[in-house]
Amino acid sequence: MPAYEPWNPARGAEIIAAEASQDGAALPILHALQRAFGHVPRDAVPMIAQVLNLSRAEIHGVVTFYHDFRHEPAGRHVVKLCRAESCQAMGADDLHRHAQDKLRVGWGETTTDGRVTLQAVYCLGLCACSPSAMIDGKVYGGLDNAKLDALIDGVRAA
Amino acid sequence: MTKAKFYIPRDAAALGMGSADVEEALVLALRQRGIEADFAHTGSRGLYWLEPLIEVASPQGRIAYGPVAVGDIAGLLDAGMLDGKPHPLRIGDPEQIPFLKRQSRLTFARCGIVDRLDLDDYRAHGGWVGLEKALSLGPAATVDLVTKSGLRGRGGAGFPTGIKWKTVLDTPGAQKYICCNADEGDSGTYSDRMIMEGDPYTLIEGMAIAGVSVGATKGFVYIRSEYPHSIHVLRRAIDRARAAGILGAGILGSTFDFDLEIREGAGAYVCGEETSMLDSLEGKRGQVRAKPPLPAHKGLFGKPTIINNVVSLASVPWIMANGADAYMNFGQGRSRGTMPIQLAGNVKYPGLFETGFGLTLGEIVDEIGGGTKSGRAVRAVQVGGPLGAYFPRDLFDTPFDIEAFTAKGGLIGHGGVVVFDDRVDMARMARFAMEFCAVESCGKCTPCRVGSVRGMEVIDRIVNGDRREANAALLAELCDTMKFGSLCALGGFVPYPVMSALTHFPEDFGLAAKAA
Repeated sequence: MPAYEPWNPARGAEIIAAEASQDGAALPILHALQRAFGHVPRDAVPMIAQVLNLSRAEIHGVVTFYHDFRHEPAGRHVVKLCRAESCQAMGADDLHRHAQDKLRVGWGETTTDGRVTLQAVYCLGLCACSPSAMIDGKVYGGLDNAKLDALIDGVRAA
Repeated sequence: MTKAKFYIPRDAAALGMGSADVEEALVLALRQRGIEADFAHTGSRGLYWLEPLIEVASPQGRIAYGPVAVGDIAGLLDAGMLDGKPHPLRIGDPEQIPFLKRQSRLTFARCGIVDRLDLDDYRAHGGWVGLEKALSLGPAATVDLVTKSGLRGRGGAGFPTGIKWKTVLDTPGAQKYICCNADEGDSGTYSDRMIMEGDPYTLIEGMAIAGVSVGATKGFVYIRSEYPHSIHVLRRAIDRARAAGILGAGILGSTFDFDLEIREGAGAYVCGEETSMLDSLEGKRGQVRAKPPLPAHKGLFGKPTIINNVVSLASVPWIMANGADAYMNFGQGRSRGTMPIQLAGNVKYPGLFETGFGLTLGEIVDEIGGGTKSGRAVRAVQVGGPLGAYFPRDLFDTPFDIEAFTAKGGLIGHGGVVVFDDRVDMARMARFAMEFCAVESCGKCTPCRVGSVRGMEVIDRIVNGDRREANAALLAELCDTMKFGSLCALGGFVPYPVMSALTHFPEDFGLAAKAA
């Protein structure tokens, strides 16, 4: 499980400064913040804008454009299931219904105990081993209900 | 006793099938038996139904076993795996596997074979010969050679690579860039990922050749965030290449400077569109730019820029080393050279098949792919990613060739072939294409942003039996608007899967089949 630091403006400023000198720094900064804090805190947006000499609206626009960046922390574990065509051809729709029933969440939602966030992803490049998933950054192919259950139970217990 | 040597695939899909766990179990079992061993981390050979495919250096050469599970290790060692002895999982000499033997591996010649980060291994397998040739030929002759090879962009658009390079060469500019598009978002494709994780120096070499050929000193590789393993491997490869003097000031002891940087995407499919990728690299929302100006004239940060897909760039070292004619000898018509066909979905033998253009779709799906994994009949095949057309069995005689697919209302795109069996609901797939477009639209142009949502609604109406014929006509009209009115290929190509589903599988929409 990834361990994240609590938001701290001084630490945030340090992370922003470390990435700010490169060309097109916004995405590297946002990735670095999300790696450290697990999300891009709203308070960081004006700080980035000031350092890059852009408006807050522009940075807000960038954060919200990309599916990866989130303003709120995810659950302790993130389960990404591939919804793309290759996985559909191998029965992903049924697998996903099963996972949603098991976790009692829809796409983008977090279980009530805050342990698992379920996300849809469109292709992990594991199309020769469909259906596939990425759980806390680790990849899994050739899934079925039983295998996915075991993986989810594994991270939930951790 | 000499040390044992194993080759373990560490490509993301091999990892997804458990290769790291198998390696861990193998290390433990060997230690218990007092056997010393070396482990080379390779990419995948691309025979994914056999992953994890573990190879051992035996007295008879490399012998493969697969698919190996953790529980098989003890039995394999007992059976004499180190000497390549028989076992139910023994595949034998991997080069003799029919799926691999039928291929023409040029771009993927080293993938799955070399220790992916070992510079000596890369050189021993013909690495840097292409770059050395480019350095000796100089810019104009290098561009000329790439043009003569007939190489066309493997990302999907099929634009002649040499002509793009010539444009950048002829555009004056103190700073030029090489941008590698590694935002491989098409479902059913994984060739870029395989190169980055299996033979990253080939991509580095190809980008350095591009840099030398147009006088660009800096390159960026834009890798999607869904590919953390690619980012990890390529980053280490770049560091090692720089330390060895292959990147940086005076590459390979020449007067040319070239260095590389990786930029991570953030989960936006549309950033695989080249101008949207440029905006993303510049730190903006990944919105599509109107063309002109062409990126070759005004690209990244307004400078002349080559943008090529991973496979296009990774094909260049072979072309430089072996000559334009040698490459031209593969393929047919205006589609020259080889294409890595990626078999995916419900297929018995999913994997990467590099071959000259020209095999028919039927040969690819039925002979090479072995039909469906489920054993049921093949009903539809989507070629070219989520924006590619669905082909029914009637069109299986179409040769895999850029022009031939265009003529049949399809596209080969980045070479993905996704197979569906007879349980597929094509109306559902058409709706999914519109839904995907709505989720991933950058929002800049109306046909794509709004059309995709309206498209879902119209398909719902057809499926629900609401004035089916009239709504089908409306859907066709909407697709026409999206095709011709969208700014880029996302909105512009989503009509391919939608209309092909409607045309070839009307019964799934509750419509009468068209008279033949």
